[in-house]
Amino acid sequence: MDIYSLLIQLLNGVQYGLLLFLVASGLTLIFGIMGIINLAHGSFYMIGAYMAFTLASLTGNLFVAIVVGVVLSVLLGIVLEWALFSRLYKRDHLEQVLLSYGLILVFEELRSLIVGNDVHGVAVPAVFNWSIPLTSTLSYPVYRLFMSAVCLALAGLLYVLIHRTRVGMMIRAGASNREMVSLLGLNINLVYRLVFALGVALAAFAGMIAAPVSSVYPGMGTQVLIICFVVVVIGGIGSIWGALAAALLIGLADTFGKVLIPEAAGVTVYLLMAVILLWRPEGMFKRVG
Amino acid sequence: MKATRNIGRRCGAIAVAGIAAGLLLSAGAALAQQPKVKIGLMLPYTGTFAALGTAITNGFKLAIDESGGKLGGREIEYYTVDDESDPAKAPDNANKLIKRDQVDVLVGTVHSGVALAMSKVARDNNTLLVIPNAGADDITGPLCAANVFRTSFSNSQMGIAMGKVMAEQKKKTAVTLTWKYAAGDESVGGFKESFEAGGGKVVKELSLPFPQVEFQSYLTEIAALKPDVVYVFFAGGGAVKFVKDYAAAGLNKTIPLVGAGFLTDGTLEAQGDAAQGLLTTLHYGDGLNNPKNNAFRAAYSKAYKAEPDVYAVQGYDAAQLLIVGMNAVKGDTAKRADLVKAMEAAKLDSPRGSLALNKGHNPIHDIYLRKVEGKENKVIGVAVKDLTDPPRGCKL
Repeated sequence: MDIYSLLIQLLNGVQYGLLLFLVASGLTLIFGIMGIINLAHGSFYMIGAYMAFTLASLTGNLFVAIVVGVVLSVLLGIVLEWALFSRLYKRDHLEQVLLSYGLILVFEELRSLIVGNDVHGVAVPAVFNWSIPLTSTLSYPVYRLFMSAVCLALAGLLYVLIHRTRVGMMIRAGASNREMVSLLGLNINLVYRLVFALGVALAAFAGMIAAPVSSVYPGMGTQVLIICFVVVVIGGIGSIWGALAAALLIGLADTFGKVLIPEAAGVTVYLLMAVILLWRPEGMFKRVG
Repeated sequence: MKATRNIGRRCGAIAVAGIAAGLLLSAGAALAQQPKVKIGLMLPYTGTFAALGTAITNGFKLAIDESGGKLGGREIEYYTVDDESDPAKAPDNANKLIKRDQVDVLVGTVHSGVALAMSKVARDNNTLLVIPNAGADDITGPLCAANVFRTSFSNSQMGIAMGKVMAEQKKKTAVTLTWKYAAGDESVGGFKESFEAGGGKVVKELSLPFPQVEFQSYLTEIAALKPDVVYVFFAGGGAVKFVKDYAAAGLNKTIPLVGAGFLTDGTLEAQGDAAQGLLTTLHYGDGLNNPKNNAFRAAYSKAYKAEPDVYAVQGYDAAQLLIVGMNAVKGDTAKRADLVKAMEAAKLDSPRGSLALNKGHNPIHDIYLRKVEGKENKVIGVAVKDLTDPPRGCKL
């Protein structure tokens, strides 16, 4: 492999890693910080992608679709938290697994009833629908670079929200001791409801923004679910920077695994996870709070 | 995460009950006059392949209806099982139809893993099985059996056809890319075999785990290798994403992308402009102008208010094959040897063209070269006339 290909593969790895972070960011909040096991995270991603498809074909503009979609998914998050998840905070993790697994089935069936089982494409917005030539044969789609920029901005915003604001302080406090926080007079229920809604919205947002490159198809949610958990666990539960670092590491491992040891491409990521967890069972970065 | 259950004991109970019922029934059947033929349809009616299962069922029933709703003069009774494309449930599902419902003929299915399990159960029970889609080479290769037939295709056929076309176009080097699973390996294997026999060289065989869709690093490698052509095997969501990524990377301007027909079948709406001009090989396509196809398309759209696809054709031919066999023995399924012989010798007038079977009971048919134009896979020629893949390892 010449140096030029190496650099392009590096770019591929970083870009894929940032995309993974985007998809896993919502799970960092819900699972990492709130401590709720949410297997339906992939479904929220899928719902986002299908919203992008439906809303973009209705409005004719992906960005309008994203704004509307984010509002809708925040509402969905609030309703789900109020009706279902809020009842499970004090219960066993297994019951959260059961509930969220049930939700996967419900959402897949609803998707099948409402939109059907066909594969759909979402057009790349015209502004970004061009490519930068890298070599004589290969160009790089600008939309992918745009996605990477969005991911970086999002990582920064999340960090500021969790670590530098009053709300973030409440969230972290609530994560370590719910009772104490409510005794101090804070409405922890409301905080949790909002954080959960934000997590759902982030997953849906990831689905929407990735829709033009990933396309929209049945079962897309379950495909990203496992890798999201890997990102959060490797990164260190509850750490935004940890998740970002883990996502980048996985992106690079996956890309170079495919190039250098194609026979083992399927396991490089999980080998990496095993090694990191042996080295640091708590994940690369420590838990917040 | 799939729910598991202890089915061993239940299976045993069903088997015992089934054998007992079977003894009673066959004794009764000998006395009754021409009872109904029981046909077991084991197809996916839910999940990703639901549309395929429905199209196959529609095609099958259309052919039966066209021949008066009877098989060999006997009325028909359908037994339907949704196989959910789940190989783990396949033996149980097939046994339900064979042991509980006592079907005379088993028809199915789409998913190769499920079909492999079905063919094992069918061989163990000596039940007649007609496969209307699943392309696993082994079913009509080392695992072939007198009672197992296929009216669809085998995975390697599309690769063989495309490899030959590309060699004829004087392409010298090729890179292949597929999901790492049986269907992809067989398809790519077929391409390599005929492409290299025609003087080309496959310089690199790339693969990624099923069903991953992150292709960027492979596109970079393809760009660095600069082959004359790229052959891929993808279907469904993966096919849409790959074709779009390939175009977005600008590779379609310099290195032609070709593939097995599933790359652009049922996916053109989503692929849009990125798919225009792509060449693929399949045993069916749009704009195939023969009297049988025209009649079939008209009858199908009249009966089901939908346009037929390749899966409907395969279901239709499964029924046509059974009609030939059952007519030859006048509906007497006890004359199995004659029934099989008639099916082996069948020359079907299929919507795809002529259809016969090789020694392993796999289709001998024309594989078409198709080009994407707008929302259609236009047939632009015959890639290989009467392609018959050698029934490797078949001892029939």
